[in-house]
Amino acid sequence: MIIFKFFPLLIANLLRKKTRSALTMGSFAVALFLFSLLATINSSFNQGVEVAGADRLLVMNKTSLVQPLPVSYMERIQQIKGVKEVTYATWFGGIYKDEKNFFAQIVIDYKTFLQMYREFKVPSSQWRDFCSDREGAVVGKKLAQRFGWKIGDRIPIQGGIFPGHWEFNIRGIYSGTRNEDDETQFWLRYDYLDERRDLGKGTVGWYMIRVNNPDNTPTIAKAIEDQFANSPAEVKAESEKSFATGFVKQIGNVKGIMISVGSIVFFTLLLVTGSTMAMSVRERTGELAVLKTLGFSDRTVMALVLAESLLYALAGGLIGIILAKLYTFRGDPTNGFLPSFYLSPEKMCTGMLFALVAGISAGWIPAMLAMRMKIVEALRRI
Amino acid sequence: MPRLPLCKKPMVSVEALENSRGLIQVRNLDKKYVRGGEEIHVLQGLNLDVEEGEFVSFMGPSGSGKTTLLNLLGGLDVPSAGSITVAGDEVTHMSGPKLTTWRARHVGFIFQMYNLIPVLTAFQNVEMPLLLTNLSKAERRKHVELALGAVNLTERMAHYPRQLSGGQEQRVSIARAIVADPTFLLCDEPTGDLDRSSADEILNLLEELSTVHRKTILMVTHDPRAAERSGTVLHLDKGVLIEGKKPQ
Repeated sequence: MIIFKFFPLLIANLLRKKTRSALTMGSFAVALFLFSLLATINSSFNQGVEVAGADRLLVMNKTSLVQPLPVSYMERIQQIKGVKEVTYATWFGGIYKDEKNFFAQIVIDYKTFLQMYREFKVPSSQWRDFCSDREGAVVGKKLAQRFGWKIGDRIPIQGGIFPGHWEFNIRGIYSGTRNEDDETQFWLRYDYLDERRDLGKGTVGWYMIRVNNPDNTPTIAKAIEDQFANSPAEVKAESEKSFATGFVKQIGNVKGIMISVGSIVFFTLLLVTGSTMAMSVRERTGELAVLKTLGFSDRTVMALVLAESLLYALAGGLIGIILAKLYTFRGDPTNGFLPSFYLSPEKMCTGMLFALVAGISAGWIPAMLAMRMKIVEALRRI
Repeated sequence: MPRLPLCKKPMVSVEALENSRGLIQVRNLDKKYVRGGEEIHVLQGLNLDVEEGEFVSFMGPSGSGKTTLLNLLGGLDVPSAGSITVAGDEVTHMSGPKLTTWRARHVGFIFQMYNLIPVLTAFQNVEMPLLLTNLSKAERRKHVELALGAVNLTERMAHYPRQLSGGQEQRVSIARAIVADPTFLLCDEPTGDLDRSSADEILNLLEELSTVHRKTILMVTHDPRAAERSGTVLHLDKGVLIEGKKPQ
């Protein structure tokens, strides 16, 4: 690769004005850090959408998700053609010590839940312990790390939807099989809740259904809705993805905000780097003319200027992305609202691509000016 | 002075030499500029022959066209009319990229202000023209060391231009000009920015390149003492060669 021969020259040029180079790279680093964080937040909001099973349906009360459904619906749903598996869950909504310690507490049917969510793994001995302890709980790996919980710990929860003081024994710690999987949930047993609560006995929050063939999802959803039409608790069935998408939409157009901020950052970068490169080329007019005199072609000189701009962009961008990745290692900064705060390799590559495009765009005009520079005129200016 | 690296290329093709009466032939060379709507004739009908190994100086008042002539000979500028032939190659008809390649292959430039790249060491500066060749790193190193040895700067190869005196900088510049073994050297006031003693060193070097290594050198100078060191002194005035060799 011919470019490697010129590497010492490129590096020497970057080190020529150290402060300016550091500031230019710094602006790229800050921009890419911001971009990566926004991408992480967006991805976290869409986490439910991204990990949603294509073959899963969510069935909830037609009025709203907070309205319960009879637990007796389970058997009737199982009989509908195309339904493979069914489980149910309920939102517990308790408080652990302080309201700011938010995390999702989900009451599950331990007999069917894990079969439905195969992406979550719990060691079998731990799961057995959970199944044999009515006050048992299984917690996500990240949640356990967050509060320093371990197996055997007794966790006090102040009931919100279901009043009273509750205590649970941690019997297992689950982990996701994908990076995006939510490892911040707290699972409780439905039979224990139903036994203790005074109101709403025999009801669940929602059903999750696995269908035999994802292509038949709309037909099956309609069949389920029809099954419970005109009953006291009519249902709404939709794919898990569709439900998750609707949920994200309620939060707002995060993607739109991200694109807007990203565009502003991009153009600001273009101005900053473009002006730096233009300044750099102007200062080195004589040197570039000398290179041409020595036999460097117009295209080689253009490539050198462009390569310099790219070096700024890629080095700065890499720093920004690495910093963002390190930041995400600290976990969800919102204490539970972004359970999957994860910067994926794909997003990191997109960030580098963004830096690459910004580097080329910023260096393009100065590179063209350098290419078109007339040797004699440039030498006269030295 | 050690033997220069000199690439394994024939300096001039046999056929070219048979058809030529000199390494460099200039015929009816004209150069005009238009400035502020006014046409300025910088060079007018200039004819010139330079033999291989000849050391030619061009003298003349400012604005006489010396530097323009040098630029045209080096393929940095194009004439308004006339032709320049170097080692059988018609330079004036070459396209941009071809001219660039030709320049890298045939011309070594030495400037009054040295024009070294300040962020590169003497070694790296001299290596620059070789980056355009297919030479390996080891071969490049060998050539650069020979070129720097030829100008007695081997021990200064790791120094940056700011760490060198003016004379030393100019010697690095000469090493850079000869490292790729060009057909001829073009020197634009090479001693113009140096004290007498440093200027003498540079002129000694150029003389040696001409006499020992048979390098063809064309030098523009204002300094009569510098011009005296060359074999041929030509005077330019208002774009016309008023004294010197005529084509045979």
